[in-house]
Amino acid sequence: MPLVNGGKIADDSFVKLAVDTPLPEGGDILVPAERFVGEAEALLKRAGKVGVIWPNNRDIDELVPYLGKVAAIALVFPTFRDGRAYSQARLLRERYNYRGELRATGQVLRDQFVFMLRAGFDSFEVKKQADAEAFMQSAKRYSVFYQPTGDGRITALHRRMQLRHSEGVGT
Amino acid sequence: MYAYDEIDRTLVNERVSEFRDQVKRRLSGELTEDEFKMLRLQNGVYLQLHAYMFRVAIPYGTLATKQLRALAHVARKYDRGYGHFTTRQNIQFNWIKLAELPDALEDLSKVGIHAMQTSGNNMRNVTSDQWAGVAPGEIEDPRIWSELIRQHTTLHPEFSFLPRKFKIAITASDHDRAAIKIHDIGLRLIKNEKGETGFEVLVGGGLGRTPFIAKTIKHFVHGRDILSYIEAILRVYNQYGRRDNIYKARIKILVHELGIEKFSREVEEEWQHIRNSSLQIDDEVIEDIRSRFTYPAYEKLPHMPDELRQAAADPDFEAWRKNSVAPHKVQGYSIVTISLKPIGKPPGDATAEQMDALADLADKYSFGEIRVGHEQNLALPHVAKRDLPALWKALDKLDLATPNVNLITDIIACPGLDYCSLANARSIPIAQELTRRFANHELANLIGRLHINISGCINACGHHHVGHIGILGVEKNGEEVYQITIGGRADESAALGNLIGPGVKFDEVADVVEDIVEAYLALRERPEELFMDTVKRLGVEPFKERVYATR
Ligand code: HEM
Ligand code: SF4
Repeated sequence: MPLVNGGKIADDSFVKLAVDTPLPEGGDILVPAERFVGEAEALLKRAGKVGVIWPNNRDIDELVPYLGKVAAIALVFPTFRDGRAYSQARLLRERYNYRGELRATGQVLRDQFVFMLRAGFDSFEVKKQADAEAFMQSAKRYSVFYQPTGDGRITALHRRMQLRHSEGVGT
Repeated sequence: MYAYDEIDRTLVNERVSEFRDQVKRRLSGELTEDEFKMLRLQNGVYLQLHAYMFRVAIPYGTLATKQLRALAHVARKYDRGYGHFTTRQNIQFNWIKLAELPDALEDLSKVGIHAMQTSGNNMRNVTSDQWAGVAPGEIEDPRIWSELIRQHTTLHPEFSFLPRKFKIAITASDHDRAAIKIHDIGLRLIKNEKGETGFEVLVGGGLGRTPFIAKTIKHFVHGRDILSYIEAILRVYNQYGRRDNIYKARIKILVHELGIEKFSREVEEEWQHIRNSSLQIDDEVIEDIRSRFTYPAYEKLPHMPDELRQAAADPDFEAWRKNSVAPHKVQGYSIVTISLKPIGKPPGDATAEQMDALADLADKYSFGEIRVGHEQNLALPHVAKRDLPALWKALDKLDLATPNVNLITDIIACPGLDYCSLANARSIPIAQELTRRFANHELANLIGRLHINISGCINACGHHHVGHIGILGVEKNGEEVYQITIGGRADESAALGNLIGPGVKFDEVADVVEDIVEAYLALRERPEELFMDTVKRLGVEPFKERVYATR
């Protein structure tokens, strides 16, 4: 499964651990939520980055105390029809100011990239190679956005205001 | 009318180009049907019994004549020459080829029409009162707010993959023509003691398998906070709405399972986090949207022009005028409802020729504006009273002057087995038979206001639960059977109908409706007592007796 990070296809430095896989000596690891919460202290002490895989039906509040310490949070789209992780992503970015890697995993297809970027994802485990290759093109599909989100893109409402004011200056 | 600017046009064009790419990937096999399904639904494309069905949005029911002509063009060029106006301020085309859909969308985009989010598990087309902006006594034009919410919810990154579809309706009048109590969120525009504009917010209404009337969640949300409040409701719903069972996924079930108090506490808590964010709307933004709604330059006209006085001698004209013409907030003008329910025809259908001709009439007599209501009828919102006789003659030639608005033959019906792949029973032929039975205008007029609603299955697209007489087609041992309810209504006093007894066969439905009507005529205390009032006074029993005594 290709990983897109920062807009480009990239190598995945993280190794995914199951609940009971022995902890490797070094290297970056992605750990399921229940294991992470259970062993957080030990996990965070070792060398290498630690990320967490957070299911879409688990309250994000539980993760808040660790936000300064985790290097990556992987949110899950069990099917592309299930949009709960969009809400989780926005809460992490906009309410809790999480600035680390925010990864979309599961059923991640090209047609969701714009939504995911706007919700705050910056890293994508993409299902199809062709979709990963089309990332930048898909991400640039839209230039107009009607609603404010934490991605900071200017909304149509505010762009109109700007246009109106700049016209005002000329007259 | 709302005028799209370059920004709105750009978005619609980008959407069309995205969909063109998606269709191309589907046709080449790059996308599976399962992957494509969600994408096509988000663009209003269903796979139906015979072909793809294409649903186009008419936000808050307002159309410019060039837009209506574009719909006629789509009907003619890509379909079989007609379209079907639905109960959700949409129009559906039943026979479109997948490969041609992007072209149809592109043709529509040139006049500012789109099909975004007319189906799928996202925020649907925002609906409103078809008399918005012209109804006497409304708080203010609800379309300004409808448009604000339409924009905010279009391609919303967080709410495009909800547990289930989501519908918002807005009214600004005491008399609710937008059926807000049977929507996921219903908004009633009001003013508080300080004279500020805001909303009573209702939540959790809906029909389908498990019907509910919406409950008030907040008595007053200030206009500037309405987006954040809606966002809070949606966020709670997105997180906690059920996804394990499609039949329990609507917000009405969440509200019901949590109870309105607990649900509103959740929403309140979420709202406190976001209400002072960039979702707060400043007056300038509202003014900007307001400024893009233009209103006709009305003339100063007499209340009772000579033309109208003279035409009153013609009983056919008078029958139509009494039935189809409503007061307007500007003196000398009227709102004209155009019945899409001619006797013997499928409710809500219009041919390309009718649409074009109607566009011409709207240019001539209604400042180029047409409205679509949830009753599957159209309206011309600004007709000078002096033009009514001429308009009537022209409409009559088009078979668009049937004087039956709000009468027993003004039937709402879903497409049922004739088109719909989910149907258990026919709806349209039932509606056709009923219009023939009650074709006599004198009789229909004697009966007075009476709404019949028909659905071909439990999904309730024909709103049968809220019909004064509701007819629901079900399947029993391979046969079509119809359950009859009475006493439902979709207005400000919305209520669900009560079942009168066991289901009846296809051939018996019209007889049963006749029995119910006869019972009503015999039972009413005075001619002014409407069917609904008699049902309310007496309950189901006397009707049940009348219907089943002889069966
Ligand atoms: C022809 C293809 C159609 C399909 C496949 C379809 C499918 C459905 C389904 C599955 C539901 C139930 C959703 C739920 O409760 O979660 C529904 C509800 C509804 N449909 Fe349709 N429908 C179609 C056509 C129409 C038409 C033609 C109309 C209008 C005449 C319409 C208006 C509605 C309305 C108003 C509801 C809402 C009932 C509620 O509030 O729960 N639909 N539709
Ligand atoms: S009520 Fe049933 S039969 Fe009628 S359109 Fe809806 S899904 Fe189809």
